[in-house]
Amino acid sequence: MNTFVETIKYSMKNYYELLSTDVRFCEGLTACMNCGVCTAICPAAEFYKYDPRQICNTVQTRDDDQIEALLKSDTIWYCGQCMSCKARCPRGNVPAMVISVLRRFSQELGFFTESEKGRQQFAVKRTVGDNIINTGYCVHIDSVTPKLHPEQGPVWKWYYENAEEVADRLGANYNKEGGGALRKISKENLDEVKKIFDVTGGTALYEQVEDSSKVQAKLMKLGFDDVGTNNEYFFHTYIENSENHQK
Amino acid sequence: MNTIKKHFWNEYQKEIANDNYYYERSCIRQSFFPGSETAFLKILRDELGKKIIDDQHQHTCTGIGYHSDIVQFDTTMTICARLFSLMSDNELKNFVPSCVTSFGVFTEVVETWNQFPEELEKTRKFLREATGREFKIPENIAHPSDIIYKYRKELKQKMKYQLVNHKTGKPLRVVEHTGCHYGKIFSHHAVGGAEFPQVLAGMIEEWGGEVIDYPERRHCCGFGFRQYLVMANRGYSVANTKKKFESMEEYKPDFVLTNCPGCTMFMDRWQYTIAEMEGKTYDDNGMGIPVLTYEELAGLLLGYNPWDLGLQVHQVQSESLLDKIGIAYDPADKFIGKSGKFIGIPEKPEILKVDYDG
Repeated sequence: MNTFVETIKYSMKNYYELLSTDVRFCEGLTACMNCGVCTAICPAAEFYKYDPRQICNTVQTRDDDQIEALLKSDTIWYCGQCMSCKARCPRGNVPAMVISVLRRFSQELGFFTESEKGRQQFAVKRTVGDNIINTGYCVHIDSVTPKLHPEQGPVWKWYYENAEEVADRLGANYNKEGGGALRKISKENLDEVKKIFDVTGGTALYEQVEDSSKVQAKLMKLGFDDVGTNNEYFFHTYIENSENHQK
Repeated sequence: MNTIKKHFWNEYQKEIANDNYYYERSCIRQSFFPGSETAFLKILRDELGKKIIDDQHQHTCTGIGYHSDIVQFDTTMTICARLFSLMSDNELKNFVPSCVTSFGVFTEVVETWNQFPEELEKTRKFLREATGREFKIPENIAHPSDIIYKYRKELKQKMKYQLVNHKTGKPLRVVEHTGCHYGKIFSHHAVGGAEFPQVLAGMIEEWGGEVIDYPERRHCCGFGFRQYLVMANRGYSVANTKKKFESMEEYKPDFVLTNCPGCTMFMDRWQYTIAEMEGKTYDDNGMGIPVLTYEELAGLLLGYNPWDLGLQVHQVQSESLLDKIGIAYDPADKFIGKSGKFIGIPEKPEILKVDYDG
């Protein structure tokens, strides 16, 4: 177990107290009366076996066993973070923010690998997470490959294959020094981004996701590489769908 | 009923700075619709005479990583603080994030600092430790669509075209879709709030069009962050877009107008996917409903070349809309690259009809 997890486990008294250390939890859940308006408006509740009202209810029980089960479940990974619940809750609660805090600790405690949807955080880390550190962009043309994104269609494939010609006609400065859209972000700026990740716990979270995923890959007997997306475990977490999530 | 709506949305006004902006670019828009960011800067500088800085030292706000929960909140707050520090380096106080997700993130971060001063102090300490930098909180944070909305009347004076069918003289019928994070997180930071989104509707009405009020108007486009980023989850994303298009279909919109990069892309691309999967399109001609950004729309009406705005990088083609408005365009210029050379034509989808012969 890494030091980050040990520190968290050692210092906490119970899961509710742990969740309460995140300012978003204090802000997101004050006095839920379980009216269910959040569930009525929720796009995820319409698509998945998902009920944000029930999540708030479970958290409010302060029951360690129930909260731990939640942290290990698929349930907390169904939310799409549209924040419609924020707009509608008559008491100003934000179930989507509570979800974010549950997801944070599910990862920090290494519980996320115990659910199919939780394990997908490895795919998110190896794509968006690594893009931020390596390029300074969450998403960049070069990372949206037609192979991983067939739904983007033939115009995107054409754009992707002619990226510099197309993007620069539209005013970009594709992968070049200087300013403008899609410019190559300089090492000096990327170094500061990386240092921010190091001092704020961002790098520690990445390492926790990597370490837990490596262990999980071994348990599942799937190939694992330390970098990139061309390995068995990445594709498993990126593509696997047990079809057991919808209503 | 209209009276009640007008009464309520008028309560949701916001302060939008007049000039001297720091522009924070969007990862998605730079990648998918770079022409829209180019058009925004051109409109502000050339049409409105404003000062806006496009800083080469900027980077992502981490918003997509934050809402897919791979980036810690402390990290996101400190990354935002570095971007605010860059704004201060340029001696500016008005922050303009191009992306609606970013707009939501910056607003959330500043609201957090206002309510929890210890979080602000923690962020200052983190930024200092990581970079040696200090920062000031912006005096004004406005989304680019706020600024175009603010100056919609001035822009109308310069426009060559209106949102009117030039053959029939009737207003074009438009679905507007504001991104969820524009108004649903902090409704008092949105023109019209979360319930009566006015920022795009105001542009449409001012420029001669008619806004369609349909049942799922406020429903999410379906991005869902991790629900799209991971291939296994994309059913969530396409299902939500489908719900919106099924709801708007009977109102026969001429096009969809959005202010969020993700929404523009998903409402465009998922029409292709739904057509290929189910043989279904939501218009009468099998070509889909064009989805435009507000800069593309403003640029078109101002007389900019559609292919310099980037309409060719949308999967749903827009020639039918250009023809309705009466905008002249050169088909031979559509697939010309930066070098001035023809760079080939995209393949044709099997079901969704397109204007090119790839």
